[in-house]
Amino acid sequence: MEGMSTIVKKVTQLLAGIIFIYGIYIVLHGHITPGGGFAGGVIIAGAFILLILAFGSSALNLKKEVAGTSNTESVAILMVVILALMALLFGAKVFFSNFLAKGEPGELLSAGVIPLYNIFIGIEVAGAILTIFLALVIFKEEDSK
Amino acid sequence: MELSISIILGFMIIGAIYAIHARDLLSAVIAMGIVGFGLVICFLLLKAPDLAIVQIVVETITLVIMVAVVLDSTRKEIEVKTDMRSILQQVITFIFFAGLVYFFLGAIDNLDPLGAHTLRMSESYVTGAVEKTGSVNLVTGVLFDFRAYDTLGEAVILYTAALGVLTLLRIKGKKT
Repeated sequence: MEGMSTIVKKVTQLLAGIIFIYGIYIVLHGHITPGGGFAGGVIIAGAFILLILAFGSSALNLKKEVAGTSNTESVAILMVVILALMALLFGAKVFFSNFLAKGEPGELLSAGVIPLYNIFIGIEVAGAILTIFLALVIFKEEDSK
Repeated sequence: MELSISIILGFMIIGAIYAIHARDLLSAVIAMGIVGFGLVICFLLLKAPDLAIVQIVVETITLVIMVAVVLDSTRKEIEVKTDMRSILQQVITFIFFAGLVYFFLGAIDNLDPLGAHTLRMSESYVTGAVEKTGSVNLVTGVLFDFRAYDTLGEAVILYTAALGVLTLLRIKGKKT
């Protein structure tokens, strides 16, 4: 895939970071404002997809990236299961129970393990969507050789 | 609100029908975008911003990927000839459609008006979620506390989908 014009590249450079930070905001504030792991993860993946579309896949070493994203999503889904299993050791000893202190509702640090689940689900969703996109891009490159 | 949702639903139906019958695949993909973004406006009108955020981002990314795929491949749709069999199928479909519309019109009288349905099971979720989970956002509270198994299943489905794409499009195995 070829890259786009200089204007598109410059605007993308300015915007991609803001979109990435907005995705992190959506993930971290998932238990306070609308959003959460799924929405924020897709926004984070969108920032990277925007960069890849603007700069073209030939300018970046994407084969290394696809191994990284697939490892990241595997570790994230494993962490979600480990968090669920940790609830068997502490507190009510029920799978998926909320074993941390709940705190003041409305604060950033509240709701026990729910923000942690949000973060790992967000990483998982971002990794999965990026993996699918990169696999499609790399497959096209390999095919044309 | 019901009127505006009905107008948007009408646009979505027109877009879906056009997407099936369009000769050019690119315009079919764009017409499918009408369905997705119409759904976003419906979610916003029904006061579900959580779903609207997910839908608008997923719809944009899918549209971009679909447009890239269509631009790289053929844009013409394969011609399908109409014969006796397809006419028979269309007649059967129309008869079933008319029957479903008739029975749904009968059932609509017994339904609650839009947005005023009775809450039986979910009443305790809506009222007691904040002190039970500590999460101010009710949707997140339901997703990661009351229905956490459901969320784990969804995440595993996404993981399996990425695994499946990597397996189908594997690079090393293809060269042998």
